Order: sequence, then C-alpha cells, then structure tokens
Amino acid sequence: MVNWLWAAMILSGFAMGLVRGAGTSLTQSFFSQAAAGFQTGLQVLIYIMLWFGLSRIAERAGVLELLARCIQPLVRPLFPTVPKGHPAFSAMALNLAANFLGLANAATPFGLKTMQELSRLNPRPGEASQAMITFLALNSAAIGLVPSTAIALRAAAGAANPGDIVVPSIVATAIPLGVVLAVDWVIRQVDPRRPSLPPPRGGRLWRAG
Amino acid sequence: MAGWVIPVLVSTILLVGLARRVDLLDAFVDGALEGAQMGLRILPFIMAIYVGVGLFQAGGVMDLVAETLAPLAQLLRLPVELFPLMLIRPFSGGAAMGLVADILREHGPDSLVGRTASIMEGSSETTFYVLTVYLGAAGVKRSRYALPLCLLGDLVGFVAAGWAGRTFF
Repeated sequence: MVNWLWAAMILSGFAMGLVRGAGTSLTQSFFSQAAAGFQTGLQVLIYIMLWFGLSRIAERAGVLELLARCIQPLVRPLFPTVPKGHPAFSAMALNLAANFLGLANAATPFGLKTMQELSRLNPRPGEASQAMITFLALNSAAIGLVPSTAIALRAAAGAANPGDIVVPSIVATAIPLGVVLAVDWVIRQVDPRRPSLPPPRGGRLWRAG
Repeated sequence: MAGWVIPVLVSTILLVGLARRVDLLDAFVDGALEGAQMGLRILPFIMAIYVGVGLFQAGGVMDLVAETLAPLAQLLRLPVELFPLMLIRPFSGGAAMGLVADILREHGPDSLVGRTASIMEGSSETTFYVLTVYLGAAGVKRSRYALPLCLLGDLVGFVAAGWAGRTFF
C-alpha cells in the first residue's frame, strides 16, 4: 500500500507535469526535495537524540515500573477471561506504561510477551481471542503522555512552541480509546464465541482428539 | 500558554533521576545514542516522502486530488491536505513522519493544518505493523474483528484530532 502510494505520487507527478511541459521544474524539484528532506531529517534526528537521552534517565529511575503498577488495576476489568494475577497483566501494564511514556522501543517486547501469555489462555489456537483483540485495540489507541516524535518534528520545523500540542494530543487519543473500548464491549456481548468462564488450567485436555 | 510543558517535563525527569541516584549523563548519552540510530532509520523516509510529495505537487496532481476529495473533507471537517497522512499512517510510521514534516514545512507548524497533523501523529499508531507483529507472536492466523476495530479507532482518532486542533487553538 505504501509502496503503491509512493510510486503513484512520483509517477503521476512526472506524467502530469510533463504533459503540461514542466519537465525542467520537475527535475529541479526532484533534487531539491531530496536535499530538503535530508535537512529536515537531520534536524529531527537531533531532537530524537535529545528525547531518547532524557527518557533513558526516566527509565533508569524506575518510572516505567511505577507507572505499570498504577495501570494494572485499571485494565483488569477489561479482561474478564483472564484470571486474576495472570502474568499477562504485568506484561500488559509494562507495555501500556512504555507507550504512555513514549518509549516505543521498550513497549514492543512487553507487547509480544503479553500476546504470548494471552495465547496460552486461548481456547482456539490460531484464532484471535477476545482478550487479544481487546489488548490490540487498547494498544493501538493507547494514550501517550508525550507525543515525542510530533514534538521533534515541530521543533525541527521551527514552531513557536513545539510542545503546545501535548494536551490536545492526549484529548484526541482519549476519544478513540473510549469509542474503541465501547465498540469492543458491544461486539463481545453479541459474539457467538462468548466464553462463559475463563478456561480452567489444563483446560485443553478436555477437547476431543 | 503551553510554554510550561517542556520545562516542567524536563525538570521533573532530572529531579526524579537525581532522587533515584541515576547517573544522569551516562543515561542521557546511552539513550541519545539509541536515538541517533532511530533518527538515522527515519531520515531516508523523510527524504523519500519529500521527493514523492514534492513531485505530486510540482506536477499539479495534488490540486486535482484536493478538488476531488473536497466534499469528503467537508463531511469529516478535516483539511484536504491531511488525507495522504491519514491514508499512510496505519501502514508506515516512517512515511507518516515524513508526511508530517512535509506538511509542517508547507503550511507552517503553527497553522491549523500543521497543528492538526502534529496531533494526528501524536495520537495514532501504525496499526497494520502492530497487528502483524503482535498477532504473529501469538501464532494467530485468523484475526477476526481485530483489524476493523483498530482501524475504526484510527478514523475516530483522526476526526478527534481535527476537532482538537480547531478547539484548542
């Protein structure tokens, strides 16, 4: 999809521009755009380094674990099929905490761990369970406290106040989060595969064959 | 109005680090080095998108598309300039960053379009990437309603970003 769009942009630009007889300016913008992109990229790199450096301090100070401990009780009601105290919850809380702090690289391993833990509870291996889908929805709509890349891009573009989008971003994330969780809840109520009880330990032994 | 955000944030991080006896400089340098790697990965994306969008505009195709999409843009109350970003955001985080950088250059970071693009970047996720990686880790082949649900979240997020951009500034 991205490949297709990128090629379509360049090819259609060349085609339409050539038809209009603007070959020279097309050639010029081909090279000048690359140079402009490089300059912006370099500036963005500087601000990403700055932010990653600061966030590593927060990470080493144990902010991640602290936040995860606060998040865990909040997400538990969203996963009625996962038994209380299951290791999926701690991995999930760390994933959400890392997302919240904008530590994208730290978030992924915890997310993978969560999925593996949830797949152990999955009554139908190979098919996404309700708990998995809820986690994915939560993760993809997850709230970030600091939209660090957006701030870096704004700083590179010379914004008067690069951080002025922090509060609106949080609000703009909370809305889809609420909508997605509500829709997910409704789907679960009508889902024909609604599990009545969490599968007991070793429950797979019950299956025929 | 929002001038306090960055100073307060940075001071808080430093104070917490001091209180927990973190070797501040060592941690900063370590993290910044990782940031440099990430930045280097992103740089070619930004170049690629600048070239793509630049030619799209130079050839005059952008104006044509903008005219065609105007009714849809009016319905969602979103600027037409943000449509490429909304299309690409769920697929590629790097390409989306390139588009935001391009929009900020073209319209200015403090314009309505620029701010809305920044909010979109800060409040959305590379949905297809997340789903592919995470479902793959769980050995899941049939994702059921996961994809439509997450894409719905993206769409609502875009409209909410447009609303937040109009309301907060």
